[in-house]
Amino acid sequence: MTRFLIGRLGQSLLLLWIVSVVGFAILHLAPGGPMSQFAESGNMTQADMDRMAEQLGLNRPLPVQYAQWLTNIVAGDWGVSYRDQQPVLRIIFSHLGATFELMLTSTVIAIFIGVWVGVLGAVWRYSLFDSVATIFAMVALSIPTFWFGLVVIWYFSIELGWLPAGSRMTPGDGSFANRFHHLIGPALVLALVSTAIWSRYMRSSMLDVINQDYIRTARSKGISEWRILTRHALRNALLPMITILGLQLPNLLSGALVTETVFSWPGMGRLFLDSINYRDYPTVMGILMFTAILVLIGNLIADILYGLADPRIGGRAR
Amino acid sequence: MSNATLAPAAPRIRLFQSPALRRFLRHRLAVIGTITILTMVLLVVIGPWLMPFEPTSTNIRNRFLPPFDSTHLLGTDPLGRDTLTRLLHAGRISLAVGFAVMILSMAIGIFVGTVAGFYGGALGAALMRFVDAMLCFPPIFLLLAISALINPSVISIIILISAASWMEIARVVEAQVRSLKERDYTVAAEALGARDRRIILREILPNAVAPIVVAATLNVANAILAESYISFLGFGVQPPTPSWGNMLQDAQGYLRSAPWLAIIPGIAITLAVTSFNFIGDGLRDALDPRMENR
Repeated sequence: MTRFLIGRLGQSLLLLWIVSVVGFAILHLAPGGPMSQFAESGNMTQADMDRMAEQLGLNRPLPVQYAQWLTNIVAGDWGVSYRDQQPVLRIIFSHLGATFELMLTSTVIAIFIGVWVGVLGAVWRYSLFDSVATIFAMVALSIPTFWFGLVVIWYFSIELGWLPAGSRMTPGDGSFANRFHHLIGPALVLALVSTAIWSRYMRSSMLDVINQDYIRTARSKGISEWRILTRHALRNALLPMITILGLQLPNLLSGALVTETVFSWPGMGRLFLDSINYRDYPTVMGILMFTAILVLIGNLIADILYGLADPRIGGRAR
Repeated sequence: MSNATLAPAAPRIRLFQSPALRRFLRHRLAVIGTITILTMVLLVVIGPWLMPFEPTSTNIRNRFLPPFDSTHLLGTDPLGRDTLTRLLHAGRISLAVGFAVMILSMAIGIFVGTVAGFYGGALGAALMRFVDAMLCFPPIFLLLAISALINPSVISIIILISAASWMEIARVVEAQVRSLKERDYTVAAEALGARDRRIILREILPNAVAPIVVAATLNVANAILAESYISFLGFGVQPPTPSWGNMLQDAQGYLRSAPWLAIIPGIAITLAVTSFNFIGDGLRDALDPRMENR
């Protein structure tokens, strides 16, 4: 087990390093690189630009710059926002809560609905329920999240007046009820795609388990179908889902960004888009690196949890 | 599965007798998807010629006309432009972007995947770790970060989305090539002194077509979604050129007064993407008989 853990950790560190190279490359792929912001403002002479590049160390060879950048990032110095001169890392952390609130709520919804739809789809395979669930899942995967958000705002906020049209709370009112009311719309919109994904994976995982010998054995012992389902099948079918949780993190983050922009939810996605509109380079790069690291950690945790839950993985090394 | 049907020496099966085609045609949703896409392509190619309006001709008197109410079948937008005309022209752009991205990201993905899978070793490992690293960046974040850096045009959007979506294909191809490389017929070709290029093009890739075709179909669907989103945000296809995404750009501001402006283009996107996903699902079942019972 220890060797398995160390191996996974080593792989993740290697990947983290490559991620940093890619991130740095994107930064310097920009026409004009990190200086483009100043070049566009138009009120700086070439001499000013050169002096600035000198001060920021941007005239040094790229590998030197990369080493400097990497050292800074590791030390927690992610640069300073062009917009309000705040440290980038602090800005990111101040927006993280809203994003997590949204992602967590929608994931709970998605797992709850998705798992049951998937299980029932597998148990009643090829039934009317299964066909309808399959079509629903495919359509849900195809609806553009931002458009679905617009439709939800139009119908539930404007036509029916049931839900607020955006933001995290009414200004001056931060009560739980008020926050919850604001959370319903975006959480359901974000949950749509994840629910579809969870139901599909759950269905196929359940089908794998249902045909196993131990299920037949349990049935032959006269255990009730419900008990077989919940005690024997579901437990084992849920196991591979741990990996899905990790694998879906990039898509979930993307979905959160989209949802946040439509519902003016003050999270990391909204911050990212605002920073792009302001050409706030350090913040854009900071968030890009931060999300990649988040995904990496997510995958690592999912891997380790799966290794712990399934003794066959990494068991040999114990 | 019987190996006889896979052996390279087997006589070529004509397309209309192929069991794969029969399986595909039995997949009802895939057939519906195919018909929908063919209809859409036909509509966006021919449609604009039949419309009496130009996509850019504004008319201040006829702003915000609701659908089914006048000669403007799907109403007009804030500048009095005909929605249906714009929808058809936008469809040309959006579908073209979808197909172009698919071709370009296929090319990159197949190239990287083949090189990594066939030659393996340090080069293969380096390429695949690069793929892993690229996949750590959430797709929309990656797209937006790069799109903010470049001047948007239809061509640059195609390159941009391809650059952010070739990695899945590279993974699929690499895994296929790595396993097909060990098959007897590949080893035989190698023993006969065939060059790498011939082995790859004649022995390996033709046998890896099934998963590549499925991935390509899903890739079109995702490309259309990606284009619509970055155009919606204003970083994609630039007005006055209409795309399904940028038709939605201002729609949020008119949700109260003219909700159809937001609803109509979204339905077009959903219809196209759903159809491609149905086709992809059907192809998966048709091309991989082992998956048929799923």
